[in-house]
Amino acid sequence: MRNLLRQIWNTKGLARWILLTGTIITVVFVVFALFAPWIAPFDFNQTRDASGVKFEKLGSPGAGHLLGTNDQFFDIFSRVIWGARTALEVVLLSVILSVAIGVPLGLVSGFLGGWVDRVLVFVMDAIYTVPYLLLAIIFAFMLNDKLGSGIVAAALSLVAIYIPQYFRVVRNTTVSAREATYVEAARAIGAKPTTIMRKYLFGNVVQSVPVIGTLNAADAVGTLAALGFLGLGIQPNEASEWGYDLSRALDDAQAGVWWPALWPGLAIILLITALTLVGEGLNETLNPALRRRRLRKVQFTDRVRTSDTEEVAPR
Amino acid sequence: MPTKPETLSNDGSGQGGGHGAGRHENVLDVDDLAVHFQLQGGALSRLLGLQARVVKAVDGVSVQLRRGEVLGLVGESGSGKTTLGRALLGLVPASGGRITYHSASKGDRRVSEMRGAELRQLRTDLQMVFQDPHAALNPSMTIEEAVGHPLVIHKIASGRALRMQVAEALERVGLSPVERFLSKYPSDLSGGQKQRAVIARAIILNPEVLVADEPVSMLDMSVRAKILQLMLDLKQEMGLTYVYITHDLASAKYFCDRIAIMYLGRIVEIGPTEEIFANPRHPYTKALLKAIPEPDPDRMVPRDLPRGEIPDAAEPPLGCSFHPRCSEAVAGCGWESRDLRALLEEHWTRKLEAYDDEKALIGDLDGLDRPSTTAKVGKGGAGEVRALLDRIRAENPDEPLWSGVRGIEPAGNGVEVQFQPADSPQLRRAGSVDVACVLYPE
Ligand SMILES: Nc1ncnc2c1ncn2[C@@H]1O[C@H](COP(=O)(O)OP(=O)(O)OP(=O)(O)O)[C@@H](O)[C@H]1O
Ligand code: SF4
Ligand SMILES: [Mg+2]
Repeated sequence: MRNLLRQIWNTKGLARWILLTGTIITVVFVVFALFAPWIAPFDFNQTRDASGVKFEKLGSPGAGHLLGTNDQFFDIFSRVIWGARTALEVVLLSVILSVAIGVPLGLVSGFLGGWVDRVLVFVMDAIYTVPYLLLAIIFAFMLNDKLGSGIVAAALSLVAIYIPQYFRVVRNTTVSAREATYVEAARAIGAKPTTIMRKYLFGNVVQSVPVIGTLNAADAVGTLAALGFLGLGIQPNEASEWGYDLSRALDDAQAGVWWPALWPGLAIILLITALTLVGEGLNETLNPALRRRRLRKVQFTDRVRTSDTEEVAPR
Repeated sequence: MPTKPETLSNDGSGQGGGHGAGRHENVLDVDDLAVHFQLQGGALSRLLGLQARVVKAVDGVSVQLRRGEVLGLVGESGSGKTTLGRALLGLVPASGGRITYHSASKGDRRVSEMRGAELRQLRTDLQMVFQDPHAALNPSMTIEEAVGHPLVIHKIASGRALRMQVAEALERVGLSPVERFLSKYPSDLSGGQKQRAVIARAIILNPEVLVADEPVSMLDMSVRAKILQLMLDLKQEMGLTYVYITHDLASAKYFCDRIAIMYLGRIVEIGPTEEIFANPRHPYTKALLKAIPEPDPDRMVPRDLPRGEIPDAAEPPLGCSFHPRCSEAVAGCGWESRDLRALLEEHWTRKLEAYDDEKALIGDLDGLDRPSTTAKVGKGGAGEVRALLDRIRAENPDEPLWSGVRGIEPAGNGVEVQFQPADSPQLRRAGSVDVACVLYPE
């Protein structure tokens, strides 16, 4: 982990800018999400002001409502801010859950091999081949019955489509790491299989998880919005969700009322872009195949040669 | 390279005598050990019920490891040295035979029958050093964690005591000042330093036996001698017994008290180092010794091995498995169908012009690929095939294959060549060594 952070910090050139830009935008959204109650002037489902006067429908941007109101009498600025909270909640929940399930499953499957491995690989590959939006729709459909149409249901319908990604990557790296000499060495010092998985394999096979995680997060924002757009996602009275607001606003946009559509749409695009930038930046930094550090390597061997002959004195 | 300390060869017996009472003279007894690997056939061959191919990586090896000695395992790539070493620790299961560990404190134990927790416990006494130090350390563990992990796993030490013992072990292997190395990752160290760390991890449990699998072959020339010297020092300080695996006879000469020469999963000659070098008996040993002054020991190619390649380990030659390459082979060495094929093909490379006619007479050679002491060849009439074989024989009557032919009988349109069947020669005493060759004892 320490190595990882050092590597990220030492990133140079384009990757550094990509990473930085993405991180800054993401942080802005995180601030929105964390401090929504203080930043947003109104609640996400508020349609009257404090004195009980109903908001104007499709009110234009201006004094009372910074970004105007939409066709459901909601204050658009507040909806966008609260929407950041919804998006990040769903993203975090789905990514954490799919990592928590996909990574250990891949590790155990790759380490044990045999029929357990074969069955799991088959199931995961089968899930993976279904178009992910279709899969999310199916799960949202099934979960809406049981869990309602809130944040948890939305997050869970995303989990199922991301698990196979972590599983595949972790399982494949485990299969090759399992043959490494240091795993044999671990057996030679008497380590139990569980110890080998925890101490010798885990740290070496999770390297690519942060990258997949951020890219999945970007994807999750989009899929969540798509579900909302199709009316299968989070309902407007449960939480503010950009995709839903966007779908409501499209008709009005054709009539020239542009503001209800612009802001949620912009928020979706910005957050997806930011998370993708972070993911690609990390990928550039952490993926050894892409990394260019030839210059440092030469210096490295050089230093080592001399130190080895000099500093280890004959005993 | 420093010369070998004089005291060393006496060390084993001296020590055994010193603490001797009640302790077995041997640390490990290997009796007729076999380690076979099932080669994974494709799904299709499994469906068709074809027999899976088996590699006999170790086949019928019996050897004693004496307390305090350095036993060298020497042989070309693929001869089963690593597999034998791993089997000693129970890292690969034995397919047959027995390995008995005569523990100094815990009595006799059957390594070859241990499983699970018992096997893991065994690792406090038997340890291993690996060939590639760059791969033997977990890249995401610091040197302190890596070297101390055996103590953690076996719940021997923790906290301050753990740290102390790690520091002591690092000091022992020459990684000092210790503070400079504790928090380093393997990628920060040089090859020699990594190998020192690997050795520290191996000795921290205070084992009795250390199996060192080519511990210096991946290192720079400049550090090889130092690592070997370190191992000799450790041996003396800690009373260790070594199994030293190498394909470099020069380092074995410097390092070992006894040497076992391996070929295709078997020990073909074993004896005191001086005797092996002064008076090699097995033709393979002789060939290896001739190959020593090769400038690059990593790419040692015995020069005196007439017919090149190491045979397929999944289907070794019948009889003495060295016979296709042996320059002293005789009638009883186990000649067989594949040798006939090799002979015919060699004949045709010399006489290209005769190929078309003779090939038509002999017909398809693929039938000879199945190892057998009877070989059917020819489709152009028994008499003519016979005459052709006689002509080929006349070209080189000294070819030892012919001495192994018991008879050539007509069979259909061709002939059946019958070879003298032979078993793989057993190790037999010759002078002060044991040799597995029909020529010994004279
Ligand atoms: N896990 C395994 N599965 C299948 N075959 C194996 C396995 N390990 C070793 N073998 C085979 O067993 C034979 C002996 O291998 P081994 O590694 O013991 O040889 P070696 O003498 O150590 O050679 P080298 O000098 O190359 O290290 C080889 O033919 C090898 O292909
Ligand atoms: S038995 Fe001896 S002489 Fe015969 S092939 Fe083997 S090594 Fe050569
Ligand atoms: Mg080997």
